Amino acid sequence: MTKPLKIVVLAKQVPDTRNVGKDAMTPEGTVNRAALPAIFNPEDLNALEQALRLKEQIQGSTVGVLTMGPPRAGEIIRQGLFRGADTGWLLTDRLFAGADTLATSYALATAIKKIGDVDIVIGGRQAIDGDTAQVGPQVAQKLGLNQVTYAEEILKIENNIATIRRHIDGGVETVEVPLPCVITVNGSAAPCRPCNAKLVMKYKYAMCPLERQPEDPRADLYASRDYLNLNQWSVADVDGDPNQCGLSGSPTKVKAVQNIVFQAKESKTLTASDADVEGLIKELLDEKIIG
Amino acid sequence: MNNVFVYIETEGTQVAEVSQELLTKGRKLADQLGVELHAVVAGTGIKGKVEDQILPYGVDKLFAFDGEGLFPYTSAPHTDILVNLFKEEQPQICLMGATVIGRDLGPRVSSSLTSGLTADCTQLEIGDFDDVKTKKHYDNLLYQIRPAFGGNIVATIVNPDHRPQMATVRSGVMQKAIYEGKAKNEVVYPEVSKYVSPEAYVVKVLDHHVEAAKHNLKGSPIVVAGGYGMGSKEGFDMLFELAKVLHGEVGASRAAVDAGFCDNDRQIGQTGVTVHPKVYIACGISGQIQHIAGMQDSKIIISVNSDPDAPINKIADYVINGTVEEVVPKLIKYYKQNSK
Repeated sequence: MTKPLKIVVLAKQVPDTRNVGKDAMTPEGTVNRAALPAIFNPEDLNALEQALRLKEQIQGSTVGVLTMGPPRAGEIIRQGLFRGADTGWLLTDRLFAGADTLATSYALATAIKKIGDVDIVIGGRQAIDGDTAQVGPQVAQKLGLNQVTYAEEILKIENNIATIRRHIDGGVETVEVPLPCVITVNGSAAPCRPCNAKLVMKYKYAMCPLERQPEDPRADLYASRDYLNLNQWSVADVDGDPNQCGLSGSPTKVKAVQNIVFQAKESKTLTASDADVEGLIKELLDEKIIG
Repeated sequence: MNNVFVYIETEGTQVAEVSQELLTKGRKLADQLGVELHAVVAGTGIKGKVEDQILPYGVDKLFAFDGEGLFPYTSAPHTDILVNLFKEEQPQICLMGATVIGRDLGPRVSSSLTSGLTADCTQLEIGDFDDVKTKKHYDNLLYQIRPAFGGNIVATIVNPDHRPQMATVRSGVMQKAIYEGKAKNEVVYPEVSKYVSPEAYVVKVLDHHVEAAKHNLKGSPIVVAGGYGMGSKEGFDMLFELAKVLHGEVGASRAAVDAGFCDNDRQIGQTGVTVHPKVYIACGISGQIQHIAGMQDSKIIISVNSDPDAPINKIADYVINGTVEEVVPKLIKYYKQNSK
């Protein structure tokens, strides 16, 4: 009999940088965030799936989604609830703004301490807006926990030890790690289940206080159904040190940001005709560019 | 004190190529700063087997930690080694590969030391920095230059107040070269137990399986790359045929990999492999910035695309306006006819 697990899923709302259209950059050369839809970071969904599978396997386990961002990131918690998570927490505060990975991991670690008695912290390997893969290991270090990164599958949990298969460069590895621990999940892991229609019905109006309109027509609903009131925490709520949060807690500074301009070349334009293609091949052969 | 450090990654007793590439870069940075280049390696049974793969790249001093439990790599023992060594040595810069290991170890070390880390840098330079807020001036900081936002912008990051300034770099981004100058080549073998606590060995590796790379995309002089425009996995078959007759390798854009047309170990771009071939034939690749970042240094770029306005055409030497289905078989045919 394995004891029930308390699992926290780290999830981030990110601009969808994978499908960048022509209007993604403004004429001034800055990123046009409005043109990029905000999505659930893909690998965080892989992590959520691993967490939900553990919840199904080990009776009494709970899954909570922890996210940091502006009030609209409450959507990430709802997306988690729709798929089977039990609860969630939105870390939101102007003091968190401008955080690099170290300040972000400080904020998340502080919130995890506040949540308390967590057995597994699990998140995606990296977020597609930064691609750094740093927050997972840094959260682990700040909590003094062991870490397993690039996980593909949690094979089993027995006697408080997790057996995990992970991706490594050019191969795979199976490791054993005692709980509590931090796990980051690779995109090659099982995809996340879709939203459950019943859960969507149940939670579609779930909101954080800052997401709600002042003249809320559903005020009664929130008063009578407490599960629709999502947790929202500020720096003070998690007993955080403002100096270690946001811009002031970030050792890295952005010196400059540049739009990428590639040096255009003078190109020779050819058609797909036999004569053009053969001419090109002959030219490359003559100049010994291909052998 | 104040030297440049490179963390050396190993598979058994084989030193990773990315570590050698970083030693060459680290040597240049050290020369520019007038300091020494140091390297640190940790493994099991490495003494006498790895030194020759490390020292020729201009290393002044190598710290080789040889002990049970240091291979296969696990996070905590290697973190303890770097953190405790860096507390003694106070380096100003630490470089490591943006590999699975480097991306597991780097953030853990940076968090322990509260020093900044920049992932996946594509350029590293030395320069000055003026903090507009504090009005402080800094000399000789490490400019950590990396693409951000899915490769749509390039950011220059600095760590003004924290040491070491840490950066990871992907394999193939820097080029390795045996150092022509004189380096001290000193090697020390510190006592592992003085650096690593016994509790650090708690994660057990039950099974560790690494296969030799199936292809040499990174080092191939000719690369035939396909994009989403190839349409299917079958569409890639003709690229494999073209690559075979040209003695090249097949690469792919992220869109093609995401669509399942090609294995992800062949992905070229900011989040894949960086290549510098003599000839790069881009087939049905539109040329998202994140892809171009991984192939722009190719000597000759040939773009085959039915869209004359595909962004990649701007950086191509030859643009063939046509469908891949029509053009690729012709390339194969006329190469076979004309080559001896």
